[in-house]
Amino acid sequence: MTMTYTHASPEHGAPERADDVDDVARILQPDGTRVSDPALDRWISDLPPHELRALHRDMVLTRRLDTEGVALQRQGQLALWAPCRGQEAVQVATAHALAAGDLVFPSYREHGVLLARGARPADFVLAWRGEEHSAYDHAALGVAPVQIIIGAQALHATGWAMGAQRDRSTDVAVAYFGDGATSQGDVNEAMVFASSFRAPVVFVCSNNQWAISEPVTVQARHPIAGRAPGFGIPSMRVDGNDALACLAAMRWALDHARRGEGPAFIEAVTYRLGPHTTSDDPTRYRDADEVERWSRRDPLARLEAYLRDAGVLDDSGLAEVARAADAFAAEVRAACIGAVTRDPASVFDHVYAEPHAPLERQRAEYVDYLDGFSR
Amino acid sequence: MTALTLGAAITAGLARALETDDRVLLLGEDIGTLGGVFRVTDGLQKRFGAERVIDAPLAEAGIVGTAVGLALRGYRPVVEIQFDGFVYPAFDQIVCQVAKLHYRTNGRVRMPMVIRIPWAGGVGAAEHHSESPEAYFVHTPGLRVVAPSTPQDAYVMLRQAVASDDPVVFFEPKRLYHSQGEVDPDGDLADAPPMHLARVAREGTDATVVTYGAMVRTALDAALAAEDEGLSLEVVDLRSLSPIDMNTVAASVRKTGRVVVAHEAARTAGIGAELVASITEQCFEYLEAPPLRVTGHDIPYPPAKLEKHHVPDLDRILFAVDRVVEPGTAPSAASAAAIEGGVR
Repeated sequence: MTMTYTHASPEHGAPERADDVDDVARILQPDGTRVSDPALDRWISDLPPHELRALHRDMVLTRRLDTEGVALQRQGQLALWAPCRGQEAVQVATAHALAAGDLVFPSYREHGVLLARGARPADFVLAWRGEEHSAYDHAALGVAPVQIIIGAQALHATGWAMGAQRDRSTDVAVAYFGDGATSQGDVNEAMVFASSFRAPVVFVCSNNQWAISEPVTVQARHPIAGRAPGFGIPSMRVDGNDALACLAAMRWALDHARRGEGPAFIEAVTYRLGPHTTSDDPTRYRDADEVERWSRRDPLARLEAYLRDAGVLDDSGLAEVARAADAFAAEVRAACIGAVTRDPASVFDHVYAEPHAPLERQRAEYVDYLDGFSR
Repeated sequence: MTALTLGAAITAGLARALETDDRVLLLGEDIGTLGGVFRVTDGLQKRFGAERVIDAPLAEAGIVGTAVGLALRGYRPVVEIQFDGFVYPAFDQIVCQVAKLHYRTNGRVRMPMVIRIPWAGGVGAAEHHSESPEAYFVHTPGLRVVAPSTPQDAYVMLRQAVASDDPVVFFEPKRLYHSQGEVDPDGDLADAPPMHLARVAREGTDATVVTYGAMVRTALDAALAAEDEGLSLEVVDLRSLSPIDMNTVAASVRKTGRVVVAHEAARTAGIGAELVASITEQCFEYLEAPPLRVTGHDIPYPPAKLEKHHVPDLDRILFAVDRVVEPGTAPSAASAAAIEGGVR
């Protein structure tokens, strides 16, 4: 079976628009009502209550982390923060589908993915505070260093997947990127390599409608998921604010890659409720009505409504998760404020893996210069 | 010892690297059945299989970017960029990813990657096929940049580059691909001079010519010609452009007191500028004349029929040598004034 997305509308035969946000596969309606989708249902038919609760808990923690990140930036403790509010479902749910050996190649906004992979509080803030470029152990966490350059990680994921394939392992690489990244050559080249070599890589495009101030229609005329089949890569376009749909789509994609069938592509249609970063002013380029419309599609409220209705979560369960989120946020704050800036000479560390005499001389000169002040 | 061309020496080095470490993979355009457009990978796919000698899609960023992922997975990729002028699409991956990943992960990620680039002009090639982009990479911390000029160095330095845990940009002087020399294919790598050291290619006493790559041959020819005029030139072959072995350069300059730096890359902010600045800092009191540069002009690489006017030749090197030997003969004040007037 191939699950390929086609971009011809069934009714009109005309191409759909990239900003048609309702032409998506969905399991949970915005009000939390469970509906059926033949392509998705079978992938989550076995979800036990504790997994649903874990999914919900990580989404709550992600939102709380995001609130804390923005607050820390506003208080001058972080230089910058890239909010992920509104995108918790795609981030957390896709990460919940991963196996331990899989490696994630994230962009800078995937806080929920890192959280679901088990990142420590310090892992979220040291880079944004300016203490370290990449604080966590990528191999232990199963998450490659966070990528700032748009779309570059899609190639790294593909190359890693080519290596996994050579190792005869069942490990899968996952590249996360936004809608803007799909305009980049690297993402398109990654799809060429992945398809030609049948590399076990899953591309997750979080289409959050905006690349800073540019709407998705500047990146794409037709839905982004429609591109993948042209590379020979099956794709799905799902509601990115529907955690269950995201989880199901990711399980489908991972299964496809793990079975040796090659890459898969998911376009998760979602929305960035906040600014691009704390330096951005989205009121300059989008109207309040749009944000209000998307607020009514909130992925967290949607999942909560469903879980309450299904009897999986009640008030006391929600209160317990809220407490856990507050405790986690406090740990993040402590890790941020308690960060100790490294020794000045450490700026010279790790430029090279092997000794480099001219750089060692520069280090010695600078250390000598600094020491001059204490003599 | 075996007589090999520089190209064949690299082939032998690649074969040895593939033999000794099964994590080594080759990746590039046309490197498989064709054996590369310069045939440097000739026979390697047949011998080691298409799983290890991989014909890549025609996408330079893709080649280098997937090699980053392969290195993250524990492989040691050796990529071939088909021609010097084709490396620019991969520039972002090289300078933003390959060069920085070790630093930004505090040493947790290593990038043991070799980026082989057939390099520079003098072979009558088409546009974009004769470029000298070395300064871009030398200016990028985290990369090592080397350029062998003899078959023996090509063989040994390629193997050292593959063995290095740092990423290495490996420039192959394409107009020397067919030049022959003695190679010791069974020599112990541990006995070879380290990749970062320069080499005194010829000893002399009157002036030093510092150069690298195919220009080493030109400088040696110039030294032979100078000998006929009673001048003794020392020629230093840098071999490594990042880091630069200033100890060897400075020792030579202190001995001769006069120095000409030669390369075919454009002059402004090139390797020559770096060398002259460092020489001035480290050898100021030994200098009998201002160091001079003989370089390509600050122009895009010209059409093949005109490249002899761009790539420094023996005469241009000797002209500069004359200027450092007799400093009074520097370019005339009249022409300098004319240029100044024109600029105004």
